[in-house]
Amino acid sequence: MIQAQSAIESSGVTPSTAGIIETQTLEVSIGPQHPSTHGVFRMDVVIDGEVVVKLKPVMGYLHRNHEQLAEKMTWLDSMPYTDRLDYFNSMANNWAYALSVEKLAGIKVPERAEYIRVIVAELTRLLNHTVAIGFLLNDMGAWFTPVLYAFREREKIVDLFEAVSGSRMMCNYYRFGGVRVDFDEKMLAMARDIVERYPQFLDEFEKLLTENEVLLARTQRIGILPREQAINGSITGPVARASGVDYDIRKVDKYGVYGGLDFRVPLGEVGDTYDRYYIRILEMREAIKILQQALCGLPSGPIIAPEVKLRNFRVPAGDGYGRIETPKGELGFYLVADETGKMPYRYHVRPPCFINLTLLEDMCLGHKLADTVVILGSIDIVLGEVDR
Amino acid sequence: MKFPGKGLLDGVFVTIRNFVGSYFEKDRLVTVQYPEERVSLPENSRTFPFLVYDDEPDKMRCTACKICEAECPPQCIYIVMDRDEKGKPLQHPKVFDIDISVCMQCQICVEVCPFDAIKMDNDYEKSRYGRFDELMEHLPDLLKSNEYYHKIKPIEATAVDAKLQAAAERKAKKLVSPAPPAPGTTPETD
Repeated sequence: MIQAQSAIESSGVTPSTAGIIETQTLEVSIGPQHPSTHGVFRMDVVIDGEVVVKLKPVMGYLHRNHEQLAEKMTWLDSMPYTDRLDYFNSMANNWAYALSVEKLAGIKVPERAEYIRVIVAELTRLLNHTVAIGFLLNDMGAWFTPVLYAFREREKIVDLFEAVSGSRMMCNYYRFGGVRVDFDEKMLAMARDIVERYPQFLDEFEKLLTENEVLLARTQRIGILPREQAINGSITGPVARASGVDYDIRKVDKYGVYGGLDFRVPLGEVGDTYDRYYIRILEMREAIKILQQALCGLPSGPIIAPEVKLRNFRVPAGDGYGRIETPKGELGFYLVADETGKMPYRYHVRPPCFINLTLLEDMCLGHKLADTVVILGSIDIVLGEVDR
Repeated sequence: MKFPGKGLLDGVFVTIRNFVGSYFEKDRLVTVQYPEERVSLPENSRTFPFLVYDDEPDKMRCTACKICEAECPPQCIYIVMDRDEKGKPLQHPKVFDIDISVCMQCQICVEVCPFDAIKMDNDYEKSRYGRFDELMEHLPDLLKSNEYYHKIKPIEATAVDAKLQAAAERKAKKLVSPAPPAPGTTPETD
């Protein structure tokens, strides 16, 4: 190889193929019906050989008119629809919507309800990150081994969600001013069991993955998102923190009872796909710490503010933006109420996945086509939320 | 120093342990032979709504007040109140339809019902051979006895029974006690 190169140099011909073989770029459409796009998402990729030179995300295949629908129904009726945004984390979506309406109406939530909200939201974080890592490995070609380990653990959490809220995924559990069902002893025992056994699973999962040479080769220095660019693109969640942006709404806003809980925010250094993978493991370990504190400190008392009516619920005129840190980033609801106050005049969702997806091209340029799939998997999108 | 390939080998040992364990560890033997065996559902588990009647199907709790019809987010409930020959409304529905292909099992109809008449079932075997009329549940399909409700949700049904009984007692007491003086009449002390 070296000899050949020196031979070319001595003959005065440049080593590039330009001028010798005529090449042209190729436009490939990946998706919308492709398993690696995590739903109905399309990427228009222009490739030069195997290297990506241009990428255009095409969204909207799962558009269900969520915002407009919510403007035609009462405040409570939108709650089950928020489950369908990011269908892995219905508990987190419920919280963001309930928080916005509570802000608008000035409702104070009882302390027990706040603790229960933290417990279910952090369990959702465990569930989401476990499955996200499983599917990231699926995209790399570790065909269904890690994802089945992830689903085995997820099963325990969704079983708890079924016992608490009645449904495994579409929980519809939060109500304005509290939550719908109280945790009884059996459910608490289930939650304690999950929290107790989760570190063991994480150790096993890490032993399987974190130092695996194939994973390292496929993820390190791949899809780097620099810190400045992440801030400019208003990227949130684990993707931003992997790039070293110290921004966690649990710390910034201290909503709920997060102000009184002790936890750290892990940060990445490089901002590559490996950091985005490992940040999720670290966040799960912090979530377990939060869960232990919340389960220990769970006070007794009412679970819903008594002054809130279920039917004919009105809010005063005004607008409000409530946001929480969902497992995927900042989920916010901007709500405007008019004088009647019966239903939202304007209802806008700030979805984390959609905004994180806008920088997909910058992460993918210059990498191989096979890496775009891994990078997309590391952003962890759910199309129900991207398209709404 | 770590020798190359150690990460891979460690991972292989994890998969081997899981593979072997899946045959012997008790909490890993999770397969249920479905139509013969079933997993017991938690009490809160919900699928589609049904209407509760007390002793016989004629004594249904539903009063056709149409609150659930108005509150249902996907608008899958359709109610017509029953009337006698003179057109006087009777306090029960003549038509009560739920389109289970539209219903999204959100439980809001149950929460807003002031009469505890509509409750969530946990019957998940709702497959049909057609897509249209077969998926429309009419009043006779929806009516289920209070005993059935006790069977699927014992704790919740007992609480509802106690609540309804207390309300009935309050009502009976009100009827027995002397009626308050009508507004406008002068009190006796005058």
